[in-house]
Amino acid sequence: MATKRTIEVELSTTGLTKDGKAQRIPLVMGGGAAVALEAPPSMEPELEGEHMLINIGPQHPATHGVLRLVLEMEGETVVRCIPHVGYLHCGFEKIGEYRQYNQIIPWTDREDYLNSIGNNVAFALGAERLFNIEITERCKVLRVMAMELSRIASHLVWMGTTCIDIGAYTPFLWSFQYREKIYEMLEKWVGARLTTTATRVGGMAADIPEGWTDKLQSFVQDFPRTLDECERMLTKNAIWVGRTVGLGVMSPEEALNYGLSGPMIRASGVDYDVRKDFPYLDYETYDWTVPVGTSGDVYDRFLVRMAEMRESVKILAQTLKRLPDGPVNVDDPRVILPPKKKATSEMESMIHHFKNVMEGPRPPIGESYVAVESPKGEKGYYFVSDGSSKPVRWRIRPPSYVNLSAIPKMVEGHLLSDVIAINASIDIVMGEIDR
Amino acid sequence: MTHVALFALDATSQMDPTTGVFLIASVIKMIAIFTLVMVGVAYTTFAERRISAWIQDRHGPNRVGPLGLFQVLADGVKNLMKEETYPGDANLTLFILAPAIAFIPAMLTWAVIPFASPLPTPWGRIDMVVADLPVGFLFTLAISSIGVYGLALAGWSSNNKYALLGGLRASAQMISYEIAMGMSTVCVLLLSGNVHLTEIIKQQSTMGWNVFLLSIAFFLFLIAAFAETNRVPFDLPEAESELIAGYHTEYSAMKFSMFPISEYAGMITASAMLVTLFFGGWDIPFTQWDNTGEFTVLKTLLTFASFAVKTLFWVFFYIWIRWTLPRFRYDQLMSLGWKVMLPIALAYVTVIATLVLALDMAGLPRDWRFGGAMFAVNAVLVVLLFFVLDRGRIVSPAYSRLDKAAVARLRAVTAARAALTTGEGA
Repeated sequence: MATKRTIEVELSTTGLTKDGKAQRIPLVMGGGAAVALEAPPSMEPELEGEHMLINIGPQHPATHGVLRLVLEMEGETVVRCIPHVGYLHCGFEKIGEYRQYNQIIPWTDREDYLNSIGNNVAFALGAERLFNIEITERCKVLRVMAMELSRIASHLVWMGTTCIDIGAYTPFLWSFQYREKIYEMLEKWVGARLTTTATRVGGMAADIPEGWTDKLQSFVQDFPRTLDECERMLTKNAIWVGRTVGLGVMSPEEALNYGLSGPMIRASGVDYDVRKDFPYLDYETYDWTVPVGTSGDVYDRFLVRMAEMRESVKILAQTLKRLPDGPVNVDDPRVILPPKKKATSEMESMIHHFKNVMEGPRPPIGESYVAVESPKGEKGYYFVSDGSSKPVRWRIRPPSYVNLSAIPKMVEGHLLSDVIAINASIDIVMGEIDR
Repeated sequence: MTHVALFALDATSQMDPTTGVFLIASVIKMIAIFTLVMVGVAYTTFAERRISAWIQDRHGPNRVGPLGLFQVLADGVKNLMKEETYPGDANLTLFILAPAIAFIPAMLTWAVIPFASPLPTPWGRIDMVVADLPVGFLFTLAISSIGVYGLALAGWSSNNKYALLGGLRASAQMISYEIAMGMSTVCVLLLSGNVHLTEIIKQQSTMGWNVFLLSIAFFLFLIAAFAETNRVPFDLPEAESELIAGYHTEYSAMKFSMFPISEYAGMITASAMLVTLFFGGWDIPFTQWDNTGEFTVLKTLLTFASFAVKTLFWVFFYIWIRWTLPRFRYDQLMSLGWKVMLPIALAYVTVIATLVLALDMAGLPRDWRFGGAMFAVNAVLVVLLFFVLDRGRIVSPAYSRLDKAAVARLRAVTAARAALTTGEGA
């Protein structure tokens, strides 16, 4: 067994101690010689010449939460950008280690809160892989509906906020109208709008109510018209094009090296979509295409997301046609509570009911990783189970976080206004980044 | 001519008033104009909110009073009651002075704008303009340049980086567009041969409105007016999503609301100038009744209505644009001002000067025939500019014309610029 070492690193933001030396804190206390690592570059850069330091955030209208960008500016040109994250850290992953699987689902609502029902589905998929459960056909289709609706909702928020960041206010309201319709549908389905907690391991919290598919049908029919309106306002608008084209360019190689995913990497021309490349929920059986950009700039990201919304509508239309009848939840007493009537009349069911409620479902020992295509990119959930009803480790792979890591590269040499546009084009959600 | 006579009018009503009457009338006009514009400002903010709501499919403020009409009063009271905050290291003198400096010029311009045909009274003819300055137009140009001091000083005195950037943007933007604006109006002055605004209106009533004779100058003036008043798509000095609130980031309560007030006052003033220079001022279209014969009270009222309708239309236009277009970027704004608008304005001045000279030499009388000739040439020029030279690239965001090549060119330009600043291109 290796001896514990004291590793000292320079604290990132507190800077210097009273006597003027860089402040160091030990990460691990214990015996052995201290190993001083090379200090990371200071977070507060030393300025050259006439440069000015500007803080964008954590409280700023265009940082989509509490992102903090420290910009070194030469006039209005960005020389260096240092992103700071962590202002919204809530310890979701740690909390997860003290919760049963179904109890973690409310936390997944809150990390990427624009895509809450999509996260629920992703979490359930990961947990089901751990439990070795095959979900029912109806559940699969319902989950596809949920994911695509939430993708559209998330992209609508993205489009609206990006428009505001670039100075066009009206499409924001238009997009929120349709987001509202989606939330109304979700409310009818699971009772909540934003924090849906819609899935359970092995199924859904609720089946769709009667008449719900009609609502979805009318949504599928009406929504493209709103998209057309927004596109008419933006896609070929000279100012919009001028503000977005050529900004924050990521070449395909760079995008791959930075580990970008979702619309970010597709705008760069890499047609990587988890739904196509590692299909789940039978996505391979739906008829749709992956929109791919060419130049990887803000404009292409805009085009890709707009096209993705149309593809989502296409998928939704197909789910409506194929939605089968039948049970939503699996018939597996390990994870799904038996009906109350059975629990009070049958010995077996009563034991299951008791075990499920008191201990929670127990997966076998092992680990599982599942990745889904969230609106922001490849979202992964990783579980390690020791056979107890709570995960030993639960880890999120947040696409916004990985995508955000490219921002210093993307904004360099652009103007302050471009930083806002580029930051908006990443489509970050700080809840997901800081977790 | 039948109308209700408000006064027992005789020959003196058509003559210049005595000095005493002139002074009293001037004071009354000042108070009336100030009140009208201030109420106009208040209700323009209300109109902005209701019209934006209409554009965006929502209701807008409709709770306070009938149709929400008293909302402006509630806002005013709220602004007066709020706490005034002062940033610790601000230059307090300038910090307090700046809102006033921003506000005053927007109002001052109104002094020279004729808003109706002269009013006959038993004490003499009263011109419907506060001060009928012979150098009226130069006065407006001079005054509108002062407004930028308010914004620049507000940005500088706040001791805030965002405010400083906002102030810098404001000064650079307003100075650049002032030049284009001045150049575009030279054509109007060439045509009227006078800087007296009353004379400019008279010229338009005989020749036809300048918007038809000098369309390109009109477009340039319109764009420059948007930039001068810091309205979308030129609202960079306060660019909410970039600079929090730009130059007025540190302001609160009434000192803050002085900036929106001056912005809206500037908007109304710019609309009035637009109407005066290009839409015949108080001239009623399709008739010569208002320009010929004796002045009557009815004529004054109707011409005032005509002026108000035209001005309000342009105020609406301002609001309409704001809720439609995105915002320019700083460098785009600058290149539009210096590389596009200024050369076009200069070339246009040359063309118009030549044209006026040629028409005069041809012996065309300065009436509708002169206007007709101007209109014909103007139509050719507009077609040339928009359909041959520009082809929807710079000036108009022609929806159908954006092609892949244009986007590729734009990409190359942006990439080159970024490479230049990071030193990669060297």
